Amino acid sequence: MNSVQAIPVGTHPFHASKRILVGYGFWIFLISDIILFAAFFATYAVLTDRTADGPSGKDLFDIGNVAIETACLLTSSLFCGFAGIGAQARNGRWFFGAMTVTFLLGAAFLFLELREFAGLIADGAGPTRSAFLSAFFALIGCHGLHVTAGLLWLLTMMAQVLAKGYRPDILRRMLCFSLFWHTLDIIWVALFSLVYLVGVTQ
Amino acid sequence: MSRSTDATPQADVAPGDESEESFDPFKRARGYVIGFVLAGLLTVVSFYIARSTLVWAPSIPIALSVLAIAQMGVHLVFFLHMTSGRDNVNNLMALAFGLLIVMLLVFGSLWIMANLDHHQPGMDEVMRMQR
Repeated sequence: MNSVQAIPVGTHPFHASKRILVGYGFWIFLISDIILFAAFFATYAVLTDRTADGPSGKDLFDIGNVAIETACLLTSSLFCGFAGIGAQARNGRWFFGAMTVTFLLGAAFLFLELREFAGLIADGAGPTRSAFLSAFFALIGCHGLHVTAGLLWLLTMMAQVLAKGYRPDILRRMLCFSLFWHTLDIIWVALFSLVYLVGVTQ
Repeated sequence: MSRSTDATPQADVAPGDESEESFDPFKRARGYVIGFVLAGLLTVVSFYIARSTLVWAPSIPIALSVLAIAQMGVHLVFFLHMTSGRDNVNNLMALAFGLLIVMLLVFGSLWIMANLDHHQPGMDEVMRMQR
């Protein structure tokens, strides 16, 4: 087996760089995360009509609120892209400015979602009311938890760049964070279209 | 693996990275802005269609699904930089496999549960039979 040789990663001309390996590995994780969401989504799709004589999506969903949430998340995705460019250009003003905007918009999204949840629970339409509402809270709540984790990660990235500078390992983490944040936005597209908008037209 | 088997050696590109060698921040930012505008337009159309009577009502869920898939495509191309280039084959193959599982999971669940629902007696009927 002398054809198999131990070559340090990134040195052989046919070896992928560490940035590609890390990015690809994280991409595989994100795809598994999308599959997790698909399982929650399938549960919701099966149970969407099982309202146990309680309120349905048409009675509950506030489309104006969802529109603002969508605008927040889409704009935060744009600024997350700008932050990635700022990190690669090693431009502190771009990076920290764009990351701050990303954080504020993500936090606004989370605030609106929590307010919606609190309103539903106060109106007696909490997750215990019907199978439909259990699946709804599980699906949207799972996305909300991901956004929460993303916001904590975002603050960590800002602190790491501040403390350690634009080192290659920090830039790899920034690449993974951008992938994560953009993927959350893609999942939200499915949620606002197929849960909220289809919900109110049924 | 011998060097001669690969006609044109080319490294892959990391998911989320862009293929081109040169780094022009403003050109890259422009790509994100184009994606943002396209995604915004698709979002506005989705919200408009859901509320208006412009589209035949029974077709609205399908129209919304198509718009959602189009918007996901915009996000993948302009934000995650998934392209059809050679350096992106690995990234796309992983995504394609993921989508296969997603489709099996969602449509398989809907199909099986609808079938069970159709063939099993309802709960009130079961209660009546036990009396």
